[in-house]
Amino acid sequence: MGRASSKEDAGTLFHSLRSAYAATPLNLKIIDLYVGFSIFTALIQVVYMAIVGSFPFNSFLSGVLSCVGTAVLAVCLRIQVNKENKEFKDLPPERAFADFVLCNLVLHLVIMNFLG
Amino acid sequence: MWVEVEAQISSRQNSLHSCARQRLQKEERISFTLIEMARSLAGFLVLLLVISICEAASLFQPISDSHRSAALELFTSDHGSFKSLEETYEALRTFQILGIEKKPDVTAAACRSISETVGSSSTPKDLFYALKANSIAQCKIHEKASEGIISSLKAAVSGASLLLDFYYSIGGLVLIKDQSSKADIRLADAEGVFRSVKAFSQSDGRWRYSSNNPESSAFAAGIALETLAGIVSLASSELDQSLISTLKNDMSKLFDSIEKYDDGTLYFDDKLVDGHEYQGPLSTTSSVLRGLTAFAAATTGNINLPGDKILGLAKFFLGIGVPGDAKDFFYQVDALACLESNRVSVPLILSLSSAVLSLNKKDSLKVRVTTVLGSKAPPLTVKLVGAFSSGSKDASLVESQELKFDQGSGLHILNDLPKSIDVGSYTFVFEVVLQEPEDEKVYVTGSQTKVPVFVTGIIKIENSEITILDSDLGSVESQSKLDLAAKNAVSLSANHLQKLRLSFQLTTPHGRAFKPHQAFLKLRHESKVEHIFVVGNSGKQFEIVLNFLGLVEKFFYLSGKYDMELTVGDAAMENSLLVAIGHIELDLPEAPEKAPRPPPQPVDPYSRYGPKAEITHIFRAPEKRPPPELSLAFLGLTILPLLGFLIGLLRLGVNMKNFPTKPVPATFAVLFHVGIGAVLLLYVFFWLKLDLFQTLKAVGFLGVFLVFVGHRTLSHLAAASAKLKSA
Repeated sequence: MGRASSKEDAGTLFHSLRSAYAATPLNLKIIDLYVGFSIFTALIQVVYMAIVGSFPFNSFLSGVLSCVGTAVLAVCLRIQVNKENKEFKDLPPERAFADFVLCNLVLHLVIMNFLG
Repeated sequence: MWVEVEAQISSRQNSLHSCARQRLQKEERISFTLIEMARSLAGFLVLLLVISICEAASLFQPISDSHRSAALELFTSDHGSFKSLEETYEALRTFQILGIEKKPDVTAAACRSISETVGSSSTPKDLFYALKANSIAQCKIHEKASEGIISSLKAAVSGASLLLDFYYSIGGLVLIKDQSSKADIRLADAEGVFRSVKAFSQSDGRWRYSSNNPESSAFAAGIALETLAGIVSLASSELDQSLISTLKNDMSKLFDSIEKYDDGTLYFDDKLVDGHEYQGPLSTTSSVLRGLTAFAAATTGNINLPGDKILGLAKFFLGIGVPGDAKDFFYQVDALACLESNRVSVPLILSLSSAVLSLNKKDSLKVRVTTVLGSKAPPLTVKLVGAFSSGSKDASLVESQELKFDQGSGLHILNDLPKSIDVGSYTFVFEVVLQEPEDEKVYVTGSQTKVPVFVTGIIKIENSEITILDSDLGSVESQSKLDLAAKNAVSLSANHLQKLRLSFQLTTPHGRAFKPHQAFLKLRHESKVEHIFVVGNSGKQFEIVLNFLGLVEKFFYLSGKYDMELTVGDAAMENSLLVAIGHIELDLPEAPEKAPRPPPQPVDPYSRYGPKAEITHIFRAPEKRPPPELSLAFLGLTILPLLGFLIGLLRLGVNMKNFPTKPVPATFAVLFHVGIGAVLLLYVFFWLKLDLFQTLKAVGFLGVFLVFVGHRTLSHLAAASAKLKSA
């Protein structure tokens, strides 16, 4: 009886999440998709390292960190662009996007140096 | 090594005989030149036969043939001429004293330089040395030239202010007086000149070189005394005797400052104040002696100087041996010539023809007493008053006895050494007594002369035998007699339970016990491991017992054949020996686990320093890489999320509606995207081939461009969305 109710609850929860998510604006959905893509890439790199071993370690680190770094920057962008976020009300979204681009370029310069 | 020492001793004794033969031929020549020299120096001592000694075995030896050959080597001339008149004079004087024949080219070159100096107007110093050289070379000087010299020297005397000026000018006048026909050269104001030279003296017996310079030296004292002697001999009238006596007091004060070494030699030395002026003890003492003897020759009356001091000075010069420098050689020989014949006292030197006597050859003790240059001494007797063993303070081993004088060889001989003198090292004490009482005033001999003497002989080795004993019972298992004079080939065998005993007796020629410096038994294994044992003694009996039970560990448990060698050696032993005894087969137990290994034998020295094995560098093994297929598969897998992203974007309904349509903003937007693409492409090149600095430079340029373009685009977009919001 409890198990069935928890299953039902889980299903209800999932559905409500889905419908709520459908309401988010398009640009935020793009950013979410981008974050998911970069994390997924990082995971594939970790699986590869688990298989073949960590030599050369610097390359593994730079690969994983580039994915994780760009994901973090994208999350920052999402926070700043989200209209429902009152904290960043005065920040124009173009400015946030410019920051995102610049930080990504710096991150990738460092990553390329570390890649070896 | 002992055999070599013995050979040297015997060769020295052989050379003594050959020297004696040569010497007798030189006698007449040497005596003639010495008579001339004696006349020019002091003027009255008659010299008789000359005997010189070849070897230097005792402490002080008179001049010998080794001096003569050294003089010929040291005083080398360039076709007969020397560098300066001073050197010419020194060479000529040395040859004259030693009785070396004058070489014609030397004399000719000397005459040339003398006549050059004499003819032209030269300084008093040059004239002085030219005249000195001429007194030996005997070249003719022109009348006119000698007149010119006399007048210039007299002018120099009156104009002199420094001690050396006086020395050269007075000395020159004395010399020219002897050499030219005019015998009546006199100093007008001799007393005035005497006083002005005396003004340079100091109260401590030393003299100054000039009135300005406060530095004084004993060397200057010698020069001053010579100068004053010259003044006295040139004086036209008798000088005030008080001046002479004060001078004699000054000389005694000077001699009070004499210094001494431990072996009884005396010398004068100046304090080292200025390096330029410092002369050194040899030249200082030589100068003082010259001055002293010149002064004694020029004046009458007694010079009260203790004879011991003269003897000490003579020992100083003889103790030098053969100097290696021409100047030192001259100083030594000139001073010895002064000592040889002077009015104060003539020292007599006692020397031994050989300080090593062999009991085996029945050597006799030969003593010679001569003057410092090796001339014959007046009649005297030599007594051996005592003989003491070195290092012991016991009473004398011999009683006082007189040595027999052999007229032919001039030696005092003691034919049979007393039986109390056995092999070893001794100090003999001699006393020299002059036979004529008048000679005591002329000669000085010293009270007692101590001379080290070494006596060698054949040591008898008897009753030598080698035995193998049983350790427990002490019974003899095998025994063989040895003849230690010859090589033995005894062959023994023993195990670790037995003992080896080697014994022999050593007796001196007079039947006493003898303990040599070295008595070793050496056992050498086939593997070249050696063991050395000292053979101990009690009285005459020498014995060593090797108990193999205790030596097993020392021998490193090595069984096998051991060679045995015995060494007995001493400086006093003429028959020191190193003899092979034979072999011994040793049977030792097995080495236990922790036994010490024998030390590694010395490696062939060439192999130790030869090239070592070549080292090849071992490179780091490369890491294992995964198979390329796996890597490529995952590369593909990594691309997958990107594709997923793009497909997702399409599914979300991404559009380009917001892209500016007007041309200017459109170009900026395009340039913005192109700029980002260019930076990413630059990063790819950075990974592929560029280095960081090039990349940074490029990023700098692109970044500036991108910022400008991006700003334009984004501000345009912002303006567009603001218009939309307000609208």
